[in-house]
Amino acid sequence: MTALIPTRALAQIFAWIPRGLALGLLAFVIFGPLTNLGLWAVAEKWYFPHTLPLQYGFSFWERVFAPRSNAMASLGTSVTIALLTVAACLAVSVPAGYALARLRLPWRGAILLAFLLPQAFPSVAVYINVARIFYTLGLNGTVAGVVLVHTVHGLVFSVWITAAAFAAVDRSLEEAARDMGAGPLRTFFGITLPLAAPGVMASSIFVFLESLDEFTGTYFVGVPDISTLPLLMFNAGMGGNFQIAAITALILLVPSVGFMLVIERFLKADVLAKVGH
Amino acid sequence: MSAPLPTEAAGRPAALPRSRGGDGAPALPAARTGPDWLWGVLLVLPALAMVALFFLYPLGLSAVSAFQGRDGGWTLANVVKAFELYSLDMAFTLAIVLLSSALVAVLSVAIGGYLTLGENRVAVTLLRWLYRWPLFIPFIVAAQMMRSFLAKNGLMNNLLIGGGVIEPLQAASLLDWRGVVVTFVWKQTPFVALMVAGAMASLDRSTIEAARDLGAGRLRILAEIVVPQVRPTLVVGLILSFVTMLSVMSVPMMINPNSPTMITVDMAYRINAHGDYGVANALGFVSYAMAGLVGWFYLRHGVRQGGAR
Repeated sequence: MTALIPTRALAQIFAWIPRGLALGLLAFVIFGPLTNLGLWAVAEKWYFPHTLPLQYGFSFWERVFAPRSNAMASLGTSVTIALLTVAACLAVSVPAGYALARLRLPWRGAILLAFLLPQAFPSVAVYINVARIFYTLGLNGTVAGVVLVHTVHGLVFSVWITAAAFAAVDRSLEEAARDMGAGPLRTFFGITLPLAAPGVMASSIFVFLESLDEFTGTYFVGVPDISTLPLLMFNAGMGGNFQIAAITALILLVPSVGFMLVIERFLKADVLAKVGH
Repeated sequence: MSAPLPTEAAGRPAALPRSRGGDGAPALPAARTGPDWLWGVLLVLPALAMVALFFLYPLGLSAVSAFQGRDGGWTLANVVKAFELYSLDMAFTLAIVLLSSALVAVLSVAIGGYLTLGENRVAVTLLRWLYRWPLFIPFIVAAQMMRSFLAKNGLMNNLLIGGGVIEPLQAASLLDWRGVVVTFVWKQTPFVALMVAGAMASLDRSTIEAARDLGAGRLRILAEIVVPQVRPTLVVGLILSFVTMLSVMSVPMMINPNSPTMITVDMAYRINAHGDYGVANALGFVSYAMAGLVGWFYLRHGVRQGGAR
């Protein structure tokens, strides 16, 4: 009987061998490529067959962050486009989300699904034809053209999450405001919108990141004048300049990973449960 | 409680001027201004118009131009030419996307299953923290990362050589179809695993506990009790990532630019090098057909499942 306890403890220790191996392999698969990227960002000299860079330094960072560099210009363009995309998405999806959450709508399910369509079709051929249409309208190679493309792509996040956020607002609070004589507009801006704000904020962050990271649409519609960070990274990577590509990639990673760490603060479970319903 | 605000409010703010019914004024008296869904439709309309103008119209245009010649007449020449030039690439695309989806399915069920059935709290917490990382990493960054990681002189080979696993001469570049599959699986597994794990977490635990009491092993519980119940979620996640993989141009372009490659790369090439919208749209039509095939499979599957209940 007494020998049972150490045996069990031993079994528990041995159980960690396969577990540890599996988790270690997963960690290697996930962080290996990230580490490689990080090393390239600080490598001055690195060539075959050396396992690690021969010389570390920040001279490429100085080049990227020089005030007049391409990277800084691309970063500015990217952020401008992303902010305009958020504004455009909010302008159409706050009313649409409210209507989907609160008002009577025919074919509600079909309308919700319509916003998913741009993400549910292989998009390259669509972008090719958007570029063709925009060419006749003079929108190719303009910020406005790229913003329109990003907005359509981001609508599924902004409409679905905004609708869920409005649906999660307690209706009795709105009714109380109306009973006290507040008009519909005042009720909306004073009660509904502030209560739904975290969800609306979360949808905006989704849209912002989607726009910041978007490549294919910008590649076809932005050509030849619009260079965003993903396009700069693509050109640097294809041109063999791995340091510049790695630094640009890290700039793109910071907002994405930062968001992953705070997303749960914005997207509460009650809102999340209503997304897409 | 279920009646929408406007009907309850009907008649009260009658003095409100119509001109104030801008963006945020949905709760105006609906009964006086038209059918009760009028405001809802008006508020949804701008967003729907965006989708119609900048997605549906180009989508239709692409489908139509696939069957139009340069003179505007109807023809099958584009499709024939697309198949003549790129039938190998079409098969390659389908194979890569199907293989990646299969791997994503296996890995996400394994991750979700361990998160649900795992008995060791520390390991479950570690896994939960680990597996999500690629989720928010953009495709283009993932492609660049893999381009340097999987190259002949990339960190992976360097570490394998350093660890004595392979000889320096054995080091091979994985930057071909394997690199594309690795990148797709790396990027899409967390997405599907997140959906699957969420569905598994909301399952009724009592059947799992009952099976466990009867002595069923964890693998058997996963395969026979958990997976069948989360299959709808798994299938939706797989279809969404299937379409995503069909749409992503940056990954094959950066990792596997040479022939045979994926048809997204061919489309970009037809446009950039030849201005050939006909063949590019015919290839686009093939990609819609692939996505449509999967959608059809899902609907048939869903109908059959609904009929069995």
